[in-house]
Amino acid sequence: MDISIEKAQELLEKAKKKGATEGDIIIVEGKSSSVQVRFSTIDKITDSNYKTLGLRLFFGKRSAVTSTSDLSPESLEKLIADTSSIARLTSPDDFGGLPLPQYGMKSKELDIYDEYFPQVSLEDMLSLSREAEAAAFKYDKRVTNSEGGYSNKRATRIIYANTNNSFGTYETSIFTVSVTPIATTNGCMQRDSWYSTKRRFSKLDNPVEIGEEAAKRTVRRLGAKKIHTQQAPVVFDPETASSLLGNLCMALSGYSIYKGASFLVGMLNKQISTPAVTIYDDGTMPWGIGSKPFDAEGITTRKTTVVERGILTSYLLDSYSARKLNLTTTGNASRSPGDPPVAAPTNFYLSPGNYSPSEIIKTVESGLYVTELIGFGYNPVTGDYSRGVSGVWIENGELTYPVEEITIAGNLKDMLLQIEMVGNDLDFRQKICSPTIKISRITIAGH
Amino acid sequence: MSGNLITPETFLTKKFGIDSHSMEKAMSDFLSRKIDYADLYFEYNIRESLSLEEGIVKTASKNISHGVGVRANAGDKTGYAYSEDISLDKIKLAAKTASFIATGDCKSTVVPLSNIIKPKSNLYPVETYPTDIPLEAKIRLLDKIDKIARSYDSRIKNVLSNFTSEYKIILIATSEGLVIGDVQPLCRLNITCIAEESGNRQVGSYGGGGRVEFSYFFEENRFVLYTRKAARQSITNLEAVNTPAGTMDVVLAPGWPGILLHEAIGHGLEADFNRKGTSAFTGMLDKKVASELCTVVDDGTIPQRRGSINIDDEGTETQRTLLIENGILKGYLQDRLNAKLMNMPLTGNGRRESYAHSPLPRMTNTFMLPGNTAPQDIIRSVRRGLYAVAFGGGQVDITNGKFVFSTSEAYLIEDGKVTTPVRGATLIGNGPDILKRVSMVGNDMELDAGVGTCGKDGQSVPVGVGMPSLKIDGITVGGTI
Repeated sequence: MDISIEKAQELLEKAKKKGATEGDIIIVEGKSSSVQVRFSTIDKITDSNYKTLGLRLFFGKRSAVTSTSDLSPESLEKLIADTSSIARLTSPDDFGGLPLPQYGMKSKELDIYDEYFPQVSLEDMLSLSREAEAAAFKYDKRVTNSEGGYSNKRATRIIYANTNNSFGTYETSIFTVSVTPIATTNGCMQRDSWYSTKRRFSKLDNPVEIGEEAAKRTVRRLGAKKIHTQQAPVVFDPETASSLLGNLCMALSGYSIYKGASFLVGMLNKQISTPAVTIYDDGTMPWGIGSKPFDAEGITTRKTTVVERGILTSYLLDSYSARKLNLTTTGNASRSPGDPPVAAPTNFYLSPGNYSPSEIIKTVESGLYVTELIGFGYNPVTGDYSRGVSGVWIENGELTYPVEEITIAGNLKDMLLQIEMVGNDLDFRQKICSPTIKISRITIAGH
Repeated sequence: MSGNLITPETFLTKKFGIDSHSMEKAMSDFLSRKIDYADLYFEYNIRESLSLEEGIVKTASKNISHGVGVRANAGDKTGYAYSEDISLDKIKLAAKTASFIATGDCKSTVVPLSNIIKPKSNLYPVETYPTDIPLEAKIRLLDKIDKIARSYDSRIKNVLSNFTSEYKIILIATSEGLVIGDVQPLCRLNITCIAEESGNRQVGSYGGGGRVEFSYFFEENRFVLYTRKAARQSITNLEAVNTPAGTMDVVLAPGWPGILLHEAIGHGLEADFNRKGTSAFTGMLDKKVASELCTVVDDGTIPQRRGSINIDDEGTETQRTLLIENGILKGYLQDRLNAKLMNMPLTGNGRRESYAHSPLPRMTNTFMLPGNTAPQDIIRSVRRGLYAVAFGGGQVDITNGKFVFSTSEAYLIEDGKVTTPVRGATLIGNGPDILKRVSMVGNDMELDAGVGTCGKDGQSVPVGVGMPSLKIDGITVGGTI
């Protein structure tokens, strides 16, 4: 069956006849293909088509969510019946319901779909994967093995409609090229990777540059040492700094706040970081990887200042968490069709500062430059942070030898207050982005 | 719908008109290209989830998904295509894309696919599938949990509980003529308590489940015990002090801390990494990788366990696979493609998250066999160290062997006694080295309660872990002081 806004509205009408007071439908339809090569020959090719319809119905203050990938008329009838019977068993929730109509969506054009998408063939992706992997091998003879060169393209169409007469549809495209080389010296192997992800095919980084950067990052790790336990200044490269920002996002979600499950409860309009730190969430950036015209409740996306010169100015909210906190939605509702909305970032980034990465490294007499974080040692309730690290040791302002099998630990609350410098190297490589940052002191555990 | 009437073969025939004849047709299209192997993987899945929070049922959801995954292998190449639309046309289209990897045309052969077989064992004989239990009963359970947790201690300010159940039918048809199906129920109960005292906010979690009946959670008072464990952990953590940083002796409690084996050893022994020579364990078969006290197995055949399956997602029966025997590396975890390329036997570890994913070698239930030492003697032997009881997630870099796992409940050991609770910390080590530092193994082997999910290449599958109490001489603890 072909799906359309009209079809979704028709289903909602049917649900209303069955007693639903409000409801919405989100349909996610996509196609994706990828090519992975190893040593220049095809390792794996994938191709897919998918489609899921999510239905959320309210019966007064009770609600339920259902989803199905079976869009036959019988299945959709059954979906409405199922949703109704489940909803009647849940508890009334005074804060439940759709966003008020006055916050409803305005149609807005946003550049997020590349018209060239259908013309990108498996052969195109095969040659990108090959070129990128070959460049990694060519860059350094210590690159001896590979987890492969990889390319992917994906297009997604979202259809949204609710009973407050908000409705809309948009299509996005996304392309990725990545390489994961393996380098060997004295029988010890190291792996790293590099990638480019863009909404426009023509804007992907040159595959040779991607391969070379991947190789550079990999060979840099060869001969890594463990160091002694100590406290020292720590510089995070943009990739690992983005990971810290991602941890911050979890604590900023309106859901974490009203549940009392965040170290940022009660911190609105208070200082949570240094004046060097200004953070935005912007769903409206043209070609932004997290951009979309409206959120999963049909609210028009916007640019929100989350942290301004160290002061927390906004949480990330959808309409439910906003009502719980007596605030207004920030258009950050995000939803997989089978689940109720959550509050999640769009394009979430730390605004660039004035220092180049090398200027930042130069200020460190003895400290750590972090290039990889592993593990899940972060507790958004307390802010406690403890993760495995790989990187490069800094001596007298210069990068020296690689280090590994060490951890960094502290509390994110304290770490935010110790962000001493922010780099000028912000690049919108993913949804959550940061330039290089320096934190004045962190405990490093090693020998 | 009554669960026990559904079988993989009748369901797919009735619902989608997929019978042996149409599978044969799809397969013969496939085999007109030069490929070594092909398979079709049909899946129908119902997932239900209920969450209680702030004392009320906040969310209730039910998700139905189905689809077919089509795979072709030629040499070491894989072509994979899938569609949520289970029709002969879509399967043929997918077969065409998947066989993009074929090197040329050949004469088509017909594979007879009429004889649908059942797995030899039934590790999860469930009378009523948890998805068929009325929601009211599940809501009553969550209500009780909420009350028990709140009455445990007045400092508990919020309780989040969640019950999820899944009912999955799979049917696999291969170019070697195998047609086999399985019905795989799975459920899980999770409880999180948030405790607060003068601005100090802490969290405690516990949960369990498996391929079991709903009544499992009431037997042996399980749901009450789960709730008390979550509540106790949140209160204990209110007292937690900063964790020391550096290398020290660590005693791991039995059960869930077996995540150590999963991260440090298990992933590194998955065949794909070893065939490609990208694992820190590559070429170490029959070499010493652990202390003689350590024997580690992966066993997909333990009844009712979360990580158990009658057959893997390529139709191979699961088994108990010896990974490490008295410290010596003995085996890898195989899927079809890698076993063939490495010329090694299948182990029943070819698993996938769903029809949308091609199989990979994955763990099932990975655990260490018990030793001879009483757990109290292990703790008594440590002058200054850490006693780790519960963990959050872990991760490993397969290539350099570095792995981490993070505590969610741990204590200091001082002069042979467990003393003060400490804040969550990450432990980091090197896979091929860490088990060589095992100096004592307890006689108290336990499997985890059934909450593990393992991620690899963007695919999540349910797994189990287990371990007796264990002493490790020197591991780096990511504390702050």
